[in-house]
Amino acid sequence: MSSTFDTVANIIAETCDIPRDTITPDSHAIDDLGIDSLDFLDIAFAIDKAFGIKLPLEQWTQEVNDGKATTEQYFVLKNLCARIDELVAAKAA
Amino acid sequence: MRPEVFKMIDRVVSIDPSLDKIHCQGLVPQESSIFDGHFPGHPIMPGVLLIEAMAQTTGWLILARNRFEKMPFLATVKEGKLRTFVVPGQNLDLYSEILHEGSGFVVARTQGLIEGKLICNAELTFRVLPWPEGKMKAVVLKVAEHVNFPLTDFANA
Repeated sequence: MSSTFDTVANIIAETCDIPRDTITPDSHAIDDLGIDSLDFLDIAFAIDKAFGIKLPLEQWTQEVNDGKATTEQYFVLKNLCARIDELVAAKAA
Repeated sequence: MRPEVFKMIDRVVSIDPSLDKIHCQGLVPQESSIFDGHFPGHPIMPGVLLIEAMAQTTGWLILARNRFEKMPFLATVKEGKLRTFVVPGQNLDLYSEILHEGSGFVVARTQGLIEGKLICNAELTFRVLPWPEGKMKAVVLKVAEHVNFPLTDFANA
């Protein structure tokens, strides 16, 4: 069974045509991989489907805009994967 | 339908109680300034307006789902296919089905048919955003009345 990171990295590689071997847990989706908000909708769609969750993008965006969170908290892939794991666990609970 | 002012839908025929599907119709008019250029002496509905018709169909469904709390804006057109010419006098049946509703976006599969024959289809993604400042919401609600959108069922007061 592949890890959350492997699944997310494969989605990003396929969706955005980014070489898989350049995507690491420390990659920032926006700053390092150059993913824009429109491409991120495709990624969110694929992640939602793959994990059976709904990434709270609106909430995250609001928190970043309000200065209550940094983009690193949600868009560095290891952090994104941790959020996904939390959402999956919450759904299973 | 008045394609020259982007009024692509004549009426909302039905919205499934699941809020996952919608059926709309639009009659391609005999006369429109669109056809002055597209094309002189050989009027054909521009493909971009068929995409627009499918987008508006999906838009009404998204508005029904969120009860006009937010506005859908077309963001992505995937696998858009324009399979045959559409000419004045033809009646378009437009269908859309929700594939996924995420946080702030919706993905839908949509298609247009004439007399039961598939003539266009696409997968569309919409950003769903707060209404802009100004009168856009009021205008959209007014249009909703004109296209027989069931406001009493699917809109907050």
